Amino acid sequence: MRSTVRSNRRPMRRTHRAIALGITATLATGLLAACGGDDSDDSADGQVTLRVGVFGEFGFEEAGLYDEYMELHPEIKIEQDSITENGDYIAQLRTRLGQNSGLSDIQAIEVGNIAEMTGELPDAWVDFNEYDVDTSHFAPFKVDQATDADGRVIALGTDMGPTSICYRADFFEQAGLPSDRESVSELFAGGWESYIDVGRDFKENAPDGVAYLDSAGGMFNAVVSAYEERYTNEAGEVVYQDSEAVQTAWDLSVEVAEEGLTDQQKQFDDEWGRAFANSAFATVPSCPAWMLSYIRDHAGTDNEGKWDIAQSPAPSNWGGSFIGVPQAGDHIEEAVELAAWLTAPEQQAKLFTERGMYPSSTEAQQSESVMNATDPYFSDAPIGQIFSDAAAQVPSSPIGAYDQVIQEGITDGLLLVDKQGESAESAWDNVVSSLDNALAE
Amino acid sequence: MTTEHREAAPPAPSGGAAPRLDKKTTRGSGPAPDPAREKRRAERRSRRYRWDVKYSPYGFISPFFIFFIAFGLFPLLYTGWASLHQVSLLRPNEMEWVGFENFTRLWDDEFFWKALRNTFTIGIISTVPQLAMALGLAHLLNYKMRGSMLFRVAMLTPYATSVAAAALVFSMLYGRDYGAINWALGLVGIDNIDWQSGDWSSQFAVSSIVIWRWTGYNTLIYLAAMQAIPNDLYESASLDGASRWQQFRHVTLPSLRPTILFTVVVSTIGATQLFGEPMLFGGGGADGGADGQFQTLGLYLYEMGWVNRHLGRASAIAWTMFLLLIIIGLIYWVLSRAVSRSSGQED
Repeated sequence: MRSTVRSNRRPMRRTHRAIALGITATLATGLLAACGGDDSDDSADGQVTLRVGVFGEFGFEEAGLYDEYMELHPEIKIEQDSITENGDYIAQLRTRLGQNSGLSDIQAIEVGNIAEMTGELPDAWVDFNEYDVDTSHFAPFKVDQATDADGRVIALGTDMGPTSICYRADFFEQAGLPSDRESVSELFAGGWESYIDVGRDFKENAPDGVAYLDSAGGMFNAVVSAYEERYTNEAGEVVYQDSEAVQTAWDLSVEVAEEGLTDQQKQFDDEWGRAFANSAFATVPSCPAWMLSYIRDHAGTDNEGKWDIAQSPAPSNWGGSFIGVPQAGDHIEEAVELAAWLTAPEQQAKLFTERGMYPSSTEAQQSESVMNATDPYFSDAPIGQIFSDAAAQVPSSPIGAYDQVIQEGITDGLLLVDKQGESAESAWDNVVSSLDNALAE
Repeated sequence: MTTEHREAAPPAPSGGAAPRLDKKTTRGSGPAPDPAREKRRAERRSRRYRWDVKYSPYGFISPFFIFFIAFGLFPLLYTGWASLHQVSLLRPNEMEWVGFENFTRLWDDEFFWKALRNTFTIGIISTVPQLAMALGLAHLLNYKMRGSMLFRVAMLTPYATSVAAAALVFSMLYGRDYGAINWALGLVGIDNIDWQSGDWSSQFAVSSIVIWRWTGYNTLIYLAAMQAIPNDLYESASLDGASRWQQFRHVTLPSLRPTILFTVVVSTIGATQLFGEPMLFGGGGADGGADGQFQTLGLYLYEMGWVNRHLGRASAIAWTMFLLLIIIGLIYWVLSRAVSRSSGQED
């Protein structure tokens, strides 16, 4: 017995050592690779690899644009890094821009973050004017948003989010209101006050357990976005406390909250998503093009054909993105060329028909495939027509580096009114003190 | 320990490679060894051997210290330096000296105090029941029973679950309109509770995630310590007519004191740094609810640094948390000395 154990021992030990060595080697190479990760990654045959950093389902890959480009340019290889949440994505992008390392050749920028890039970090980005990229086909406000104080265009628009009002035609009918989209648009045409008036009528005869709209925060967003000056003025100063837009939007949102017209939701919470599946409300006052797929996914096939889309009394832009080329990249020229191609009218039109991302290029908006688009889920609503009408009315408002923080602070305040029954005055005081704290350097 | 090793393996005077020399002589094929060279080689070998004994322990522990310096000490010092400056996350290399202002402003910062209070209350309502339950469960698992291994593994599964998955499930359970808990409460006639909005309800919900995740872990630690208690103590106690409860109180608990202190320290550190559970419970935002009702210090730090982009202020919060932990550590140290002194008297 003993001798067999002995004889077994040596090879055992050797394998142990081999394993230990293997682990050490793997760890070491892993670490070294992690340290030197952003070195040039071109293959020997002169092929250039371009990395594109995006968040969420950005659509480029899903719509097959990379494959198309690689076919047109065999010398280019495109790889995409995607992070699901923009919150995580932007935190990483900020850190990397701060350190000027680890950046992809092209980076996506959400509209909520474009102002901090033009305002605080314009030099980290390539100026597309220098490379003679044609920006005349974009909606003017989209170019304005990506232009810094020196007139450099640091990013190109991908999609935008012209808003409509999404509503449940079946609930409107049950409440004794007109339900076809022309008449409903007509009902709202007088402005947000008329939208709320319709809500009062709706509440009188509403089907059981169905609120008029989802959230006070959604109401606020719908109203405030249609103004030219919101949180930040032309000079870049924070003016939310005195701005007419914020005051009007706050008052109207408090109105719907206090009258019990909302389902007391917080937008983009899990519960909000589930409320779609459970048909808990009849309208979404600020319903941009990209939200259609969110509603479709969450409301599910059971509710197909029940939703419809009406014109907003004051359309605005909510969301949409940009792509920029960081100065730190190794292949700036190739990246600029790819960025220009990805945002060209043809590709934007394709993103709309394939992925429902509404083009920020006016030329793409007027293309036939976009104009004639309809959405079967939303009772065959002519979404191309509706959103291009809305896009034409989107104001060009100055956006500030802290707009997102301010909007989130105000939405939190409205939640206090809507869900916790706090008075509007004390909720507003809360908003101001929390934003004072958040904005203090 | 080290002296033992040195004594145990002295270099043989003829060089440490005796077996190989043996082989050579048996084979008898190699050239005759030059005595001077052999001697130099032996010296070199023994010198190497001495160095090996002397320095290789440092070599073996150095990876930890290299990593600690790179990922522990350096960030700590850098954070301390940044906390004395006004720094934007976007331009971390442009620092503007502000002295201790980032610290002194915390004194008047109602949001900091609120986060501190929340951290404290969530810490209490998650740690105390968690450790009490773990102690009870460990006591039960310590009995001889069928399938005890199964129970032990089952205990540890929540610990092995990722925070994200756990928090996701819990935030669904605690949903206002469509959550399972409110549905169950509705069966007994209780109206829907908006768990996320209330101060206590949200903190209770966050604590329940913490309790669910960590009870099993602490149970196993207690169980291990219980199994180290000599059986004769229980035998003599039962001979003296002590009931199970009396045995638990007078034998198990005193023997577990150091272990309990250890788990309390570890849980306190965990509670002070609580971050993932409240963040994911709130749907991924760092605000900890509309009113900051479940915003912990960790979340406040993150919000200040990565949402509001004030890296200097965030660093000051981080250092305050660090100092807080040092104070708590000192308190425990004093307590543990008192405990060991009193248990020494009992023995």
